[in-house]
Amino acid sequence: MDDLRLPRTLHGKLLRSPHAHARIAQIDASRALSMEGVHAVLTGADLPGRFGIIPWTPDEYALAPAIVRYVGDPVAAVAAVDESTALAALDRIDVEYEVLSAAVSLDDALAKPEIGLGPRGNNVSKHVDLAFGDVGAALSGSDVVDSGDYSFHGSAHAPIETHAVLAATGADGLLTVWSTTQVPHYLHRELSRVLAIAPSRIRVVQPPLGGAFGGKSEPFSHEICAAKLALVTGRPVKFLLTREEEFLVHRGRHPMRMRLRVGASKDGKLTAVEARTLIDGGAYSSFGLVTTYYSGQLLTLPTAAPTYSFSSTRYFTNKPPCGPKRGHGSVQPRFAFEVALDKLSALLGIDPIALRRKNAVGAETTTLNGMRVTSNGYLECLDAVERASGWKERRGKLGPGRGLGVASSAYITGTNYPIYPNEMPQSAVQLKVDRSGVVTVFNGASEIGQGTDTMLRTIVAEELGLDLGAVRVVSADTDLCPVDLGAYSSRGTFMNGNACLMAARQIKEKLVGAVAEKLGARPADVFVSRGALCVVGRENEAIAVDEAIRLAEAKHGTLGAVGYYRSPPDLGGKYRGGTIGASPAYSFTAHVAEVKVDMETGQVDVVKVWCAHDCGRAICPRLVIGQIEGSVYMGVAEALLEEHAIDDRGLHLGPSLLDYRLPTSLDVPDIEALIVESHDPEGPYGAKEAGEGPLHSSIPAVANALFDAVGVRVDSLPLSPARVLAALRRARS
Amino acid sequence: MLPLPPFVLHRPRTVDEAARLLEEHGSSAALVAGGTDLLPNMKLGLAAPRHVVSLGLVDGLSSIRAEEGAIRIGAMTRLEAVSAHEAVRLHAAALAEACLAVGGPHHRRMGTLGGNLALDTRCRYYNQSRFWRKALGFCLKKDGTACHVVAGGHRCVAAASNDSAAAVIALEARVVFASARGTREIAASELYVADGAANLARRPGEILVEVVVPIARGRSSAYEKLRARASIDFPMLSVAASVTKDEGRVVDVAVVVSALAAKPRVVAGARERVAGEGWAARVERIARAAYRECKPLENVPGDAAYRREMVPVIVRKALGRVGEA
Repeated sequence: MDDLRLPRTLHGKLLRSPHAHARIAQIDASRALSMEGVHAVLTGADLPGRFGIIPWTPDEYALAPAIVRYVGDPVAAVAAVDESTALAALDRIDVEYEVLSAAVSLDDALAKPEIGLGPRGNNVSKHVDLAFGDVGAALSGSDVVDSGDYSFHGSAHAPIETHAVLAATGADGLLTVWSTTQVPHYLHRELSRVLAIAPSRIRVVQPPLGGAFGGKSEPFSHEICAAKLALVTGRPVKFLLTREEEFLVHRGRHPMRMRLRVGASKDGKLTAVEARTLIDGGAYSSFGLVTTYYSGQLLTLPTAAPTYSFSSTRYFTNKPPCGPKRGHGSVQPRFAFEVALDKLSALLGIDPIALRRKNAVGAETTTLNGMRVTSNGYLECLDAVERASGWKERRGKLGPGRGLGVASSAYITGTNYPIYPNEMPQSAVQLKVDRSGVVTVFNGASEIGQGTDTMLRTIVAEELGLDLGAVRVVSADTDLCPVDLGAYSSRGTFMNGNACLMAARQIKEKLVGAVAEKLGARPADVFVSRGALCVVGRENEAIAVDEAIRLAEAKHGTLGAVGYYRSPPDLGGKYRGGTIGASPAYSFTAHVAEVKVDMETGQVDVVKVWCAHDCGRAICPRLVIGQIEGSVYMGVAEALLEEHAIDDRGLHLGPSLLDYRLPTSLDVPDIEALIVESHDPEGPYGAKEAGEGPLHSSIPAVANALFDAVGVRVDSLPLSPARVLAALRRARS
Repeated sequence: MLPLPPFVLHRPRTVDEAARLLEEHGSSAALVAGGTDLLPNMKLGLAAPRHVVSLGLVDGLSSIRAEEGAIRIGAMTRLEAVSAHEAVRLHAAALAEACLAVGGPHHRRMGTLGGNLALDTRCRYYNQSRFWRKALGFCLKKDGTACHVVAGGHRCVAAASNDSAAAVIALEARVVFASARGTREIAASELYVADGAANLARRPGEILVEVVVPIARGRSSAYEKLRARASIDFPMLSVAASVTKDEGRVVDVAVVVSALAAKPRVVAGARERVAGEGWAARVERIARAAYRECKPLENVPGDAAYRREMVPVIVRKALGRVGEA
């Protein structure tokens, strides 16, 4: 993003709150404004509108007008000639705070409701209670019940490129905002709302990103401030957030405390699942409403009991706001549930893979909570990791301190419903066909490193017989591209791919028709091969694709097509919240992890991870393998190392890549990615998601392997050496 | 991004010239070698020298010479070169291993032995941005009056976090300083003082120019480091051990533990001898002595109780590689 340079650009910086919770008694920017090189200073009064990604919970201000809710909450924004001047100006904005009592942990939020961070006078952000069947009766009728308390620490996305934005107004008065966002469409809408400018006067462009992982999927203070400062000063304004600010802006994975009771009969059939979850939401709502549902709604796949209930409560705390991180809301309960299944396996003396097979939810069915399941390659995933890891031959025979663990999961392929209710398509593309043989895809989806541009190129090339190099993709520019809702919830390949396929097939039909006419054949006998269109049985008369394009253009006029994807109507459960978790398709995953434990230091070394993932159909296998490897990397890091820790003053304990520990190349296990293809009936070429599913069960697979290796359970993440050593000591005494 | 504050860069060609510049600019000058410590600290606002004197172009500071009885290592020798040097690996394995344990490959390619020995002490309340430290209310080491590690503490306990420090002390190396007034040589064990605010026994105007590691017959040594990741991290514990044997008999043992507080700790119990004690029993006794003598604080990342528990484990690991057999 920093490579985007405009003449006369000013640099923006945000003044952030040093207090976890305080009232702004007074704010005076006059000393900053009088500095040479300072062009503008904004405070809360300049941007009074609230915003937020979920239309029902807009609770953020670009700049806090009265109350700051975490260390790092923005209170003022400066535009100056360079970064150093802008930083110096921050020191000359005088703010008087009245410090308020703060909740810097979930315990605080529970113990001190009077802090009143929520809309109803306590600290509750969202509460969900759902029950399917009589869980109490089923539990008491079970042969065995495992009860456990689990906790998941917070973690951050830590993309290598931090947040950045550049905003500029043109001579025509049009405001253009280039941002490291993964949701240009939502940013477009929120900018219009908060700045009170018609959307027709705003253009949002998302350049290629250095990673996002969910951390850039909502509008942010710095984006709104950059736009406002550009409007106020008439000059381009750029914000480059520091690594520390990246950790403060956060929206990372929620810390959760989970109490799980899982019942089973002697033969290993699950009877009931009861989940109670406390969620630490941080200072703002973000996607929290959805997170709270996801923490329960996604536990009825890939294995399930006939009765299920969950109760989840998200609390506000005076910490950096949590949000969606790869595997939004469901990675934490997945850890708890898969460990509980492992405990039941041990209790019942049933192989953990066999126990999962026994309780698998099949294909073409509806889950207990009303989610329609179409394709399902779950059993093939279990088979694949069992075979590849040598599970049957090696488990229990690896020697002291070594072990194997299994876990499995399922995930949505896009949410069936858009974030703001509407009947319009969720994704669309336009194809422009040039007579030179080049086809351009104009497409609203966000390339964030996951490969949507390549996926689209592959689909167009496949349909029209073109080389990948003859397909251009213009993406994520609200002036040039039709709307796509963004890179979140693993929706890209399925929704954007289907939209592209629809458009490409219209062009294909025209090319086929033109070639059929030229060669005097029936259209049904014309097929597309690499580089040419042919008639069955007369392959020596092939017509090159670019020639076919010219024939079709002569016949129909300028060629172009529009394709879109609209999700099926009425998916999901028929109850309040039943649409959350509904998806047109689900992906399935199984992991086996092998670990080695140092009994003296408690250090857990993940030697190898096998991950089988049902992505429906791998349109770009190399990208699918990349997603699996990246997911395992991220999951193992969350299992062992990463911890987004906030101290009792509300200060982040390691806002740097030195102290927030991402694994180095030496810390990464061997990873074997196994692609399973279940050919989804509605996915493009049968494809489903691969971006988030393969993360989920990597974490419990490591925890279960630890148990297999040394016979102790650590139900609080991360599995740090200190925790593991303490558990080993407890087991010995 | 965090901009680097402005400064005047001086690039002298000789030690004399560098010493003159230090003399001239006094406390407003800082020395820079590889820059892997000073530059990030300047970005965080921990140091704001108006004059930065680079030793990068000074002749004769980056050689390793194995001589009769000693290896002389120029202070500007890159850590990578120290760790790869045959004589260092043969006669001062602990130092070679310590240099190889510093940071990641880029740090070792840029960083120097002198720079690592002169590394600023580290603390979770100090190595933070100005915003962060201001929100905390600053600390004893920089801009404040309170210690956040030891409540009510009046002396800074920021930790010596240089991997090489424990090694040079265990190897009984000597360190040579040059200044406008000539040179001064001290034992490595005297290089550090117990003050985290400034733990280097370096006088104003002095430049660390050379490290002299004695070649002792029958000595073997090793370095072990407790860290969360296999690369990049500063030590949560740093242990160097040296064992000298004469005709197969252990005649001397030195164990140095660092990353505790400002001064690396020489384990007193390591030197003691107990008549009739076998090697295994001696290792066990030294490990227990180290546990008694070394008390990690909540100054660097990593739970202090766990770090203390690891003291004997890491000491055993280091001694296990240099003892009997």
